[in-house]
Amino acid sequence: MSAKTVKDILTSIRKGETKSRDWVQQSLSAIEQVDGELKSFLLVDPETALQAADHIDSGQVSEGGLLRGVPYALKDNIVTKGVRTTAASRILENYIPPYSATTAQKLQAAGGVMVGKTNMDEFAMGSSTETSAFQKTANPYGKEYVPGGSSGGSAAAVAAGLVPFALGSDTGGSIRQPAAFCGCFGLKPTYGRVSRYGLIAFASSLDQIGPFTRTAEDAAIVLNAICGHDPMDSTSARGQGEIDFTEGMDAGVKGMRIGIVRNLPEEGLNPAVKAAVDEAIRTLEQAGAEVVEVELPHMEYAVATYYLIAPAEASSNLARFDGVRYGRRAEASGVIDMFERSRSEGFGMEVKRRIIIGTYALSSGYYDAYYKRAQQMRTLIRQDYDRAFATCDVILMPTTPTTAFKFGEKADNPLQMYLNDIYTIPANLAGLPGASVPCGFADGLPIGLQILAKPFDEKSILRVAHAYEHLRTFAWQRPVLGVAE
Amino acid sequence: MNYETVIGLEVHVELKTASKIFCGCKNDSKSEPNTNVCPVCMGHPGALPVLNQNALELGLRAALALNCKINQHSKFDRKNYFYPDSPKGYQISQFDKPIGEHGYIEIEVGGERKRIGITRLHLEEDAGKSTHAADGSHTLVDFNRTGVPLIEIVSEPDIRSPEEARLYLEALKSIMEYCDVSDCRMEEGSLRCDANISLRPIGSTTFGNKAELKNMNSFRNVQRGLEYEVERQRELYDAGEPVVQETRRFDEATQTTISMRSKEEAHDYRYFPEPDLVDLDIDDAWLEQIRASIPELPAAKRRRYEEDLGLPAYDAGVLTADPKTAAYYEQVLAAGADAKAASNWVMSDILGALNSEGKSFAECPISPDHLAGLISEIASGKISSKQGREVFKAMWETGKSAAAIIKEQGMEQISDVSVLGPILDEVIAKNEKSVADYLGGKDRALAALVGQVMKATKGKANPALVNQLLIEKINALS
Amino acid sequence: MKITEETVSHVARLARLAMPPEDLRQLAPQLSDILEYAEQLQQVNMEGVEPTSHPFQEVNVLREDAVRPSLPRDLALANAPEQEAGQVRVPAVLEGSGGA
Ligand SMILES: [Mg+2]
Ligand SMILES: [Zn+2]
Repeated sequence: MSAKTVKDILTSIRKGETKSRDWVQQSLSAIEQVDGELKSFLLVDPETALQAADHIDSGQVSEGGLLRGVPYALKDNIVTKGVRTTAASRILENYIPPYSATTAQKLQAAGGVMVGKTNMDEFAMGSSTETSAFQKTANPYGKEYVPGGSSGGSAAAVAAGLVPFALGSDTGGSIRQPAAFCGCFGLKPTYGRVSRYGLIAFASSLDQIGPFTRTAEDAAIVLNAICGHDPMDSTSARGQGEIDFTEGMDAGVKGMRIGIVRNLPEEGLNPAVKAAVDEAIRTLEQAGAEVVEVELPHMEYAVATYYLIAPAEASSNLARFDGVRYGRRAEASGVIDMFERSRSEGFGMEVKRRIIIGTYALSSGYYDAYYKRAQQMRTLIRQDYDRAFATCDVILMPTTPTTAFKFGEKADNPLQMYLNDIYTIPANLAGLPGASVPCGFADGLPIGLQILAKPFDEKSILRVAHAYEHLRTFAWQRPVLGVAE
Repeated sequence: MNYETVIGLEVHVELKTASKIFCGCKNDSKSEPNTNVCPVCMGHPGALPVLNQNALELGLRAALALNCKINQHSKFDRKNYFYPDSPKGYQISQFDKPIGEHGYIEIEVGGERKRIGITRLHLEEDAGKSTHAADGSHTLVDFNRTGVPLIEIVSEPDIRSPEEARLYLEALKSIMEYCDVSDCRMEEGSLRCDANISLRPIGSTTFGNKAELKNMNSFRNVQRGLEYEVERQRELYDAGEPVVQETRRFDEATQTTISMRSKEEAHDYRYFPEPDLVDLDIDDAWLEQIRASIPELPAAKRRRYEEDLGLPAYDAGVLTADPKTAAYYEQVLAAGADAKAASNWVMSDILGALNSEGKSFAECPISPDHLAGLISEIASGKISSKQGREVFKAMWETGKSAAAIIKEQGMEQISDVSVLGPILDEVIAKNEKSVADYLGGKDRALAALVGQVMKATKGKANPALVNQLLIEKINALS
Repeated sequence: MKITEETVSHVARLARLAMPPEDLRQLAPQLSDILEYAEQLQQVNMEGVEPTSHPFQEVNVLREDAVRPSLPRDLALANAPEQEAGQVRVPAVLEGSGGA
């Protein structure tokens, strides 16, 4: 058994060498073999997946599908009609959505075959997947380490070779950080590039769906299938036209301008991580890229800004979980009591913590001091990036200050946990695309190089990442917990 | 002490769109429960709103018709509160940039025109419908109404009496109907009104504690509820007792208001900009296009009826209160009828008949052309006014034209002197006593002679002409 | 800003979260830390800075006023914890417990 890329699988199926069923079966077997320990999936539906594969193999689905026959997994905050979707929360333990997310529909229409739904931090709130109400997902590079979060299940499943790709969502780094921790490729597209319709909202103005893959090229293939304006999502970008993200990605970095941040906040930055990122930048420079310094003067305020805006939006987005129309309902004699108990029993501590912060930041008398100031700071941070991208094509920095930490290590100090998101958060505040590509190891744990670009310029990111993957072989490393090459 | 009443009204009007404001479900809250619902309007996880263009344009039309200044840069906000019929735990509404502000409505109080200011007009979504079990054991929720587009119209505290409140509502309803933005059926909930009412000593410029009145489902009940409140608050003040700031419910059965005795903490709606919707940018050309879609409004029409058509103020008021009446009336005029005659027929006969049969103008069996025809038959003297009423009745029943009915029933008036002459001569010859009486100064005797002529002609003789000819002929005898 | 347990309790009520005393004790200092950290935003001069509520300034995304099929009722109500006569049943709503 071997873990293949999306591209390999597509080529093989198109040539008639293999069938969709072979790959879906392989994926299911790998899950069977590894996931008992890895625990990356919350739900696997072999029967439906094999049926779908047979359907494709029997020629009943159009030949043209961009992902024809390829198995994949979805983070469990992307709703799937008729298939339980929980956002890893007790409050949605038995929720069967009556509709499918636009991304889920698009993948299906492209001929992809969903094998299951992956574990995550409850409502995507967390950086370790430890806040899942149901299980802890291991890091494929070491069982005692977290996979990162909130899309830890998707990252671990792809890194371990259980599926060739998976979707996650990124609100403050939830794709890039677990990709870095698990040693796979993770792309957060530009805000609005991919429809959010059917993504269980955490923070609406920051959330964005994106792919986990083994290579940048695979991410381009998946992005081709899921991008585009959606009439069901007012915030999905219009007028971006037909784009092929694979086009031009092997042009190399020669002549590209790479921005590095002067006075990057380095508190808590692991020297091994810093060294690996510096080495990656040198590698790209040697390959012909020009390195320029840029300034992001408001970056130090990003965490404070984020931890007001995201919880504020979340406090409102999570108000719909009230036990009335779906989800957990507690026994109560009056309706207010029912609301309070259902929500209290249904939400975990991290979710409650954020609801409280967000409610407080929006409440009467505090709005101007907290929420409004954070929105103003968001403007300054956006402007920083506008200026920086006037002089460079991409900005490089570490994805995370450290490699994966151990379970429980940061669980009782929320602020410390939040401060770890310093490098990933600004892209969400500014709506920028960003990716994490494996760039080394420290004590056997993967390190991620973060690549950011200006809005709607995912192509520059993919081009740099693709070039780097062929200059250094970290992307091809296999973890201890997973399918062998 | 003498008090001044201060009233402000908050009116919610349902917009007449085909689909809901943020999803494609049918805008029809009267279907079987929970049949016009989808993931968006039921607040399912992950569902997102997309604004209905028609709802926005109807809202703008209403704002323009109410003389509002339009915020060309506008946006939506979330109003956060928990209630079982509010599926998302927040209502998508507008907070600091409503589509319209600083408008007004003109009403006529005791023959004087008065302007009632409109603070703001904003777009928002309706909530679902909760039905509370009579025994207080549970509540049932129907989500057909969630997401029905609403405009909320908030007046300035410019209203000084319950009667003014009713006049304001009538004027508002009339304008909304003219603009064709809503049915405004208060009984069915497509227009809903809450009122803030307080009293203050005459001359005072500060406000007293106010009561917020809810649950008034007709214009009459608004006036009654407010009248009751004026008395209740006056008595409290006179007795030296405080008026508690609270929400009160109008109770139809007792025609009183009852405290809702809310134990709830003060509302903190935590408004913030709706991140799932983008801002609105209404350019001048778009706004002008909407402005151009607004028809002549009732106030202008009323003025025109009085000044150009010479109608009495009362007639102008009745004919313009409802756009359908005005439209019908204007079609009668267009068919050539005299303004005052048409006004009389439309106000008393047409409206009367429609009301008594519960029919709308769309179902009116007499077309404006036919009514104009009837008016012209009377004006030309072909039939008498009295016959006109009979013809009207027949027209109502059959839908036929006046001319056809007159012909069918042989009702043409005899106005031909050569036909009437011999008949008159015969009547004069046979009624010597009456003739003598008339000549002797008994004017009443003439009526008897006219009666004889009418009898001889089976009522078809033109009575005015008969009258005139009889006098001429008798005078010629003497 | 020091956040007291009373403040947390008040905010929890706004957010309709029942909060046992042990949660209040745990949350109050954590929220104090987080909000204290957020205080750094107060040090920056924001005069004249427009707030950003969307990453990009798109405007006027509208849909045509056309009716689309709704959900079949059984699917719409399939997740409801309790239903009766085609409606969602909830415990009694007492007068004054909210509403807009
Ligand atoms: Mg309202
Ligand atoms: Zn709907």
